[in-house]
Amino acid sequence: MRLVLIGVVAGFFSALFGVGGGIVIVPLLILAAGVPAHPAAATSLAAIGITALAGATRYGFEGHLDVGHAALVGLPAAAGAVVGATLAQRLDPRPLTLGFAVLLASIAVWLLV
Amino acid sequence: MSAGTVALALLLGFGAGILAGLFGVGGGILFVPTLVGLGLGQLDAEATSLLAILPTVVAGTWRQRHYGNVRWRTALVVGLASIAGVEAGVQIATELSEVTLRRLFAVLLLIVAVQLAWRACRPTTYASPS
Repeated sequence: MRLVLIGVVAGFFSALFGVGGGIVIVPLLILAAGVPAHPAAATSLAAIGITALAGATRYGFEGHLDVGHAALVGLPAAAGAVVGATLAQRLDPRPLTLGFAVLLASIAVWLLV
Repeated sequence: MSAGTVALALLLGFGAGILAGLFGVGGGILFVPTLVGLGLGQLDAEATSLLAILPTVVAGTWRQRHYGNVRWRTALVVGLASIAGVEAGVQIATELSEVTLRRLFAVLLLIVAVQLAWRACRPTTYASPS
């Protein structure tokens, strides 16, 4: 039952913001379902596959899906993510993460103005 | 689409993927602003981001599967239940104005930025990528 609730919340969040929903699923799996951190992250990825497919299909019916742009951005991103995950194991994450937080905050300001 | 736009989209996509893999965040939070930067409206960018996420998610799940980290039954229950939430999310997103949706997304970005900064400053709670 908890897993169903986590799914519903994650799906809502995902469709509203166009994100996978990992920011919601991972902490909920850890805190509400007692799943350890690494399996939670991996399991979240698998669940997001279903969520994102459902969201994209649903938006497709509404005529909001741009398949060309999705492929142009999404396919090189999959290659980039492999590079990033490999780099993550060799670099000190702390200064990088702070830099990334600043980057996200800057994007937020750009979207707001 | 001009050749320049195509090249820019490929480059931004690759860069967003590196950052997503590096910081363990999903690609979506980066894809949406990338797609807005490429000229899509907020709602179209969000919809398209969901499709753009899929290759990264499939590749990531494939890698994690080898480590035995994926709990398939849990993933299936959460994933299938999410479809109900997706329906509600789409309804609300399509009701909201572009400006409101963009502002909400910006607030989400700020929250994630603060959460990441917090995580970086508290190394004991930092979940290093496996």
